[in-house]
Amino acid sequence: MKITIRGVRGSIPTSGPATQKYGGNTSCIEVSAEGWQLVLDGGSGMRNSNTQERPLNNRLDILLTHLHMDHIQGLGFFKPFFDPEMEVHIWGPAGSRKSLHARLSKYLSPPLFPMYIRELPCQLILHEVDRSEFEIGPFRVQSQYVIHPGPTVGFRINDGEKTFTYIPDHEPALGIHGIVSDQKWISGFDLASNADLLIHDAQYTTAEYKERTGWGHSSMDDALRFASMACVKKLLMAHHDPNHTDTYLGELLTELKMRNNYSFHFDLAEEGMIIEL
Amino acid sequence: MAAYEIEIILNRQLADCLSIPVFITDREGNLIYYNEPAEQILGKRYDDTGEMPVSIWATIFKPVDEKGNVLSPDDLPLVKTLKNCKPYHKTFCIESLNGKIEKIAVTSYPILGRPSRFLGAVALFWETKDE
Repeated sequence: MKITIRGVRGSIPTSGPATQKYGGNTSCIEVSAEGWQLVLDGGSGMRNSNTQERPLNNRLDILLTHLHMDHIQGLGFFKPFFDPEMEVHIWGPAGSRKSLHARLSKYLSPPLFPMYIRELPCQLILHEVDRSEFEIGPFRVQSQYVIHPGPTVGFRINDGEKTFTYIPDHEPALGIHGIVSDQKWISGFDLASNADLLIHDAQYTTAEYKERTGWGHSSMDDALRFASMACVKKLLMAHHDPNHTDTYLGELLTELKMRNNYSFHFDLAEEGMIIEL
Repeated sequence: MAAYEIEIILNRQLADCLSIPVFITDREGNLIYYNEPAEQILGKRYDDTGEMPVSIWATIFKPVDEKGNVLSPDDLPLVKTLKNCKPYHKTFCIESLNGKIEKIAVTSYPILGRPSRFLGAVALFWETKDE
C-alpha cells in the first residue's frame, strides 16, 4: 500500500514561507494498491490529488472522516468529479437526522459553491458509515465513531498485509482523567490497535490543550500516549495547528524526541511525504 | 474485548465530573461503570470490582416502597429503560448498607447512539428529603 500525504494542516489552509516544510494544505491523504485508489478526506490538499493517472475501472473512493470545512473544502476542486467517465464513491459518517447528501450539499451548493451536487458530471455514489466494515478492491476498511464534535469517524485500512489507521481529528483525552488506562474506555483504540502506521491528530502542545479542552483535538503528548497504548509501529502526528510554523514544529519535535523513549518510531507528517507500507 | 462505543465512553467521562451518583449499564443491564458518588451507595469501589454482571449488582439494592414492601424489579426506572428504550423517573426507597431506609429518586435514560442504535442505559440517583 502506498500512502501519499497531500495535506496535514489543521483548521485552515496556511501559505507562505513559514509553513512550507510541513505544508499549508488541510487534510487529504491518498492510499493506493493494485491500481485502486482511496482518498482520505477532502481538505485543500485534495486539489493536488489524482492529477496524473486514472485509477482501475475509472473508480475512485473518497473516505471522509467528518464534514468540518477543513476536511471537505477541496471537494469542489477535485478533477474526477468533473469527469463523466469517472465513478466516484463518497463514504462519510452517518448523522442523527440529516443524510450525508444533505449535509454535503450545505457546502456543495450556492452561495458557497456555484454548482449543486446533482450537477457534477461524474457518477457519484454516497455511502453512510458508522461502526462499519466494507471492502474496496484490495482494501478492507473499518470505520468507527471517535470523539470529535459532530459525527466523526476514523478509518482502519488493511490491504491484506499491512494496516494503516487514519484518525486526523480526535480527542481521546477528553475527561478529567485524560486517556484512561483501560483500553475498553479509549475512543479509537480498536481502530489503531497494532497498526503499522497511525496518522493521528496532534494539533496542540500540552499547554495549548489545557486552554482548548473539548475542541476535539489532541496534544502531541496525548497522541504519543494513545499510539503507545495501541502498540502501533509508527506514528505520524498531523493536523498541525495553523499558528505553528515549521521552525516551531521542528523545535517541538526535537523536544518530544529528547523527552520520550517510546519503542515505536514517531515523526511529524509532512505534505508530499510518500510512505510504502 | 472491543472498546466501548464513544457514546458510552462520553457518558462515563461526564459521570466522572458529576457529584451525583451515576450508574452506566450495557444493553443487557450489566453494570459497566459507576462513579465515585455511586461507590458510596454500592459500598464498593469501581477500581476493585470493575464491571459487574446484572445478576450480581441487581441484588445489592433492596428497593422498597415507603411502607417497606419490596418493589418488583419491573417497576424500577432502569429496568424499564432497558426494556423499552425510554427514559423513566421514580421516587422510591432503598435499604442502605447500614439497614436504614432511604428515600431516593432515580432518573434513567437510554443511550441511543448515531444512527439510532441502543447501546446501554444510565441511571442517576437523587437524594430526596421529605418536604
